[in-house]
Amino acid sequence: MPEVIVPIGPHHPALKEPVNFKVIADGEKIIRLDLDLSYNHRGIEKAAEQRDFIRVLPLIERVCGICSHSHTTVFAKGIEELMQLEIPLRAQYIRTIIAELERIHSHLLWLGVAAHEIGFNTLFMWTWSDREAVQDTLEEMSGNRVHYGMNEVGGVRRDLTPEQVNAALVRLPVLEERVKKYVDMVNNQKTLLVRFKGIGKLSKEEALKYGAVGPTARASGVDYDVRRDDPYLVYADVPWNVVTDTNGDVYGRTRVRIGELMESIGIVRYCLENLPEGPIRVNAPKTAPKGEILSRYEAPRGELVHFIRTNGTDKVERVDIRTPTLANWTSVAMCLVNQNLADIPVIVAAIDPCLSCTSRITVINSDNKKEGLINFDVLRKRFRTRYQSPERP
Amino acid sequence: MIDSLLILVYIFLFPGFLFLITYALILEFLDRRIAARMQHRVGPPFYQPLADFVKMLGKEVIDPDGVDLPVFDAAPLIALAAVMTAYLYIPIFGSSPLAFQGDLVLVLYLFTLPTLALFLLGWLSRNIFSALGGIRAVTQMFIYEVPFFLALLAPALMAGTWSISEIMVWQQKNMWFVFLQPIGFVIALIGLQAKLERTPFDIPEAETEIVAGPWTELTGRRLAVMHLTSDVLLVAGSALIAAIFLGGPTISVPVTPIWLSWFVGFFLFLAKTLFVVLILSSIKVATGRIRIDQLNTIGWKYIATASLLQVAMVIVINYLWVSS
Repeated sequence: MPEVIVPIGPHHPALKEPVNFKVIADGEKIIRLDLDLSYNHRGIEKAAEQRDFIRVLPLIERVCGICSHSHTTVFAKGIEELMQLEIPLRAQYIRTIIAELERIHSHLLWLGVAAHEIGFNTLFMWTWSDREAVQDTLEEMSGNRVHYGMNEVGGVRRDLTPEQVNAALVRLPVLEERVKKYVDMVNNQKTLLVRFKGIGKLSKEEALKYGAVGPTARASGVDYDVRRDDPYLVYADVPWNVVTDTNGDVYGRTRVRIGELMESIGIVRYCLENLPEGPIRVNAPKTAPKGEILSRYEAPRGELVHFIRTNGTDKVERVDIRTPTLANWTSVAMCLVNQNLADIPVIVAAIDPCLSCTSRITVINSDNKKEGLINFDVLRKRFRTRYQSPERP
Repeated sequence: MIDSLLILVYIFLFPGFLFLITYALILEFLDRRIAARMQHRVGPPFYQPLADFVKMLGKEVIDPDGVDLPVFDAAPLIALAAVMTAYLYIPIFGSSPLAFQGDLVLVLYLFTLPTLALFLLGWLSRNIFSALGGIRAVTQMFIYEVPFFLALLAPALMAGTWSISEIMVWQQKNMWFVFLQPIGFVIALIGLQAKLERTPFDIPEAETEIVAGPWTELTGRRLAVMHLTSDVLLVAGSALIAAIFLGGPTISVPVTPIWLSWFVGFFLFLAKTLFVVLILSSIKVATGRIRIDQLNTIGWKYIATASLLQVAMVIVINYLWVSS
């Protein structure tokens, strides 16, 4: 069969997010591929510059629907560091609990998606129904299932009642049983092994060279986790281990995530059992002093970085968000070469791509095939001409 | 005169096409419901397959650009006609009235046509996903077809006949082939699962890779007819396996009068096809999709070898039997 171009995305049942791969395939073998990122411009960074610290957090939370807590925590952490605020221990514990619950539900979601990509819908349905237990816990604690709205600069907004703590502690053993079942399935289920082992290999050197982060890097044997190497919240006090694997393939990434599920359950249990008494927030000043900070955080998908510059007002002068998916894209493009066409979905899914967080820069692929950045005014003009919306002030 | 009228009733009403389509829709419902319950889901209501069918019949038929329309229209109908014809030769409540020496070969041939129709649809669609799916469908057919045929050939060899109904009668006198040829039974089930393109053999329509494979450009009536073909193939395939390996609609104890034997036979037919569908659904739920190259390795290395082994065993047993 001659070379064919298989377009995957931005409208494709396997890839529900706005990214386009032009896969050049020879029969079933992938020869190379072109990545076309950034179909979306959401303007979040610009919008963040126009809101004060109280109103910016709900916006930052909406960068992503899965790691919403990650974004607010990393932002609040940076601002608090600039303000030299010491937030109460109880608030730090609550932030950690929410963060790890978020990791559990994100990894369960990922396991389901990965299984779905190889057509194993039973595991998909099971993990997603078990994920409901985590979602229920989060809903009890914060009142919401997706955007928890727990963080504010200076602490958290809602306290945990003893009933909520007990309800969560009751759910954890059940969840642990189910996760153990998935550990067993991942290590023994034949079709999972056949489809995951040796697929999308990434050596340790390559992982470092292409700047992979999070479970993708750890599966290739890169022993790096922000929670341990640059501790924040209460990770330094809680007993837990960084999970790494030497396989470097999709199987390795699955094992790392499954391992992290168990670790996260342990962290949540420890935090719930050792929740200290005390206030949950301190009063933060309205303004932050002039300064710059690089705030790092281990999101479920990997290292999340917020660069924040303040100028002595109650707003940030600049916030730049580097999401883990952006860091992992290059490694995916490398993994895919010489693989089977059938393995694209699972290799792409293996980094747990989150494009709504990543596609915040606009690179326009216009009719003359030229790519480049365009500024906001031009974008607005284009929007108006295309949709013929009336001129607004 | 009365005979030809009965034959017409047999073909068109019961247990022919009317019953066949009803039962096909019921089996699709059961298959989906069983799978859903195993996956902790609720599953569809019993009328869902019929509702889907009627809905799709009423939907707009979209013709892709530059498609050879007569062939594109005919392919789903030919596929449906082929499997419905095949069904007529399979025993339902007794030997089929249309049975003849060699109908097993005819049925196997007719079973192949839906796959070829799918390939044709994929090739004609002028869509990269459809074309890839069509190629995968044919590649897969070449892998599973040989073991499937060999697995069904072994009972024919042992019974010394090429008629499905006579193979069934042989089992009535002796023993079910599932006990005599367990390897063949397993291979036949695998082959049927692959023929129906269900997980782990849903490679041609792998949703997450190539959208819907050859089905991508099918809309409205064409899609409805192709879905119905799949459902009818599920009935005909499981009925074929039931007739050849599970003794079909007969029991070894003679039942009189004849109408009671028909009644018992029909009940057995329902029970055995449901049993086969239950196995197929369990396979579907318990596995993920394998890759075409992996299927190639597994198919030719293990499944084909095992089916040859089964045939060789039958030949040796036949030889010993004759000489003793």
